[in-house]
Amino acid sequence: MIQGIPLEHFLIVSTIMFFIGVCGFIIRRNLITMLMAIELILNSVNINFVVFNRYLYPDQLQGQFFSLFIVGIAAAEASVAIALIINIYRKMQNIEVENVNELKF
Amino acid sequence: MFYMFSGIILICSLLTITTRRILRAAVYLLCVLLATAGLYFMLNYQFMAAVQLTLYAGGIVVLIIFSILLTHHITHRFKHPNLAKLLMGIGAAAIGSGLVIATILSHPFQAGTAPELKVNMTEIGNQLLSTGKNGYVLPFELISILLLAAMIAAIVIAKKDKNKNSEI
Repeated sequence: MIQGIPLEHFLIVSTIMFFIGVCGFIIRRNLITMLMAIELILNSVNINFVVFNRYLYPDQLQGQFFSLFIVGIAAAEASVAIALIINIYRKMQNIEVENVNELKF
Repeated sequence: MFYMFSGIILICSLLTITTRRILRAAVYLLCVLLATAGLYFMLNYQFMAAVQLTLYAGGIVVLIIFSILLTHHITHRFKHPNLAKLLMGIGAAAIGSGLVIATILSHPFQAGTAPELKVNMTEIGNQLLSTGKNGYVLPFELISILLLAAMIAAIVIAKKDKNKNSEI
């Protein structure tokens, strides 16, 4: 117990955040908003890792390292995705998913 | 304190996916990431919170805002999503979160009894670069190669084609 807060409350917050991200990924049709939903999902997974490390294995650092690596992968993914989005915008003047349905120009 | 942070996280992440202006969505995402850094501070993991603040809140959000400004008009508003898609998304989220929360509440977690490790920068640096027990040098090297590849890929993808006419 850290300051009297049970582990389950952290897990419930991160679960709700994860599924808000999933919902946003389904209902939004814009590439940048979908990218933001993915960031929400990755962030909730990070919270899970760190909280498990803190409550269940306080003598080790595994969860912290894995969330560190997830942050790094999220940064790489965001940079590549934004490069792709800008390239698509340059070619089609549009980044709604429905309108991006050609592969060859 | 925890309930304040988690309230900010939940409300702002809901607003991120429901707001109709994309720049506001980015600002709400920034609020979510800052509140998450607050949670890490509360758990006494200062290094993780600092990484969250600099990389997520400082780096990724700025990148997203830049790309929004490059690809949208500032007054652009989204259309409402159609009803079937909305219902499908909310249904999937509700069923999934219900299942996962039920599983969490029914599982008895055994709190760790081991003495708490003093997390300081020396410890983190030693473990990140050691090859022995509790060493994380392999994922460290992998992620450095991944970041290099992503950097090169981003440059190559976003670069303008100089001799486009000669290729076609």
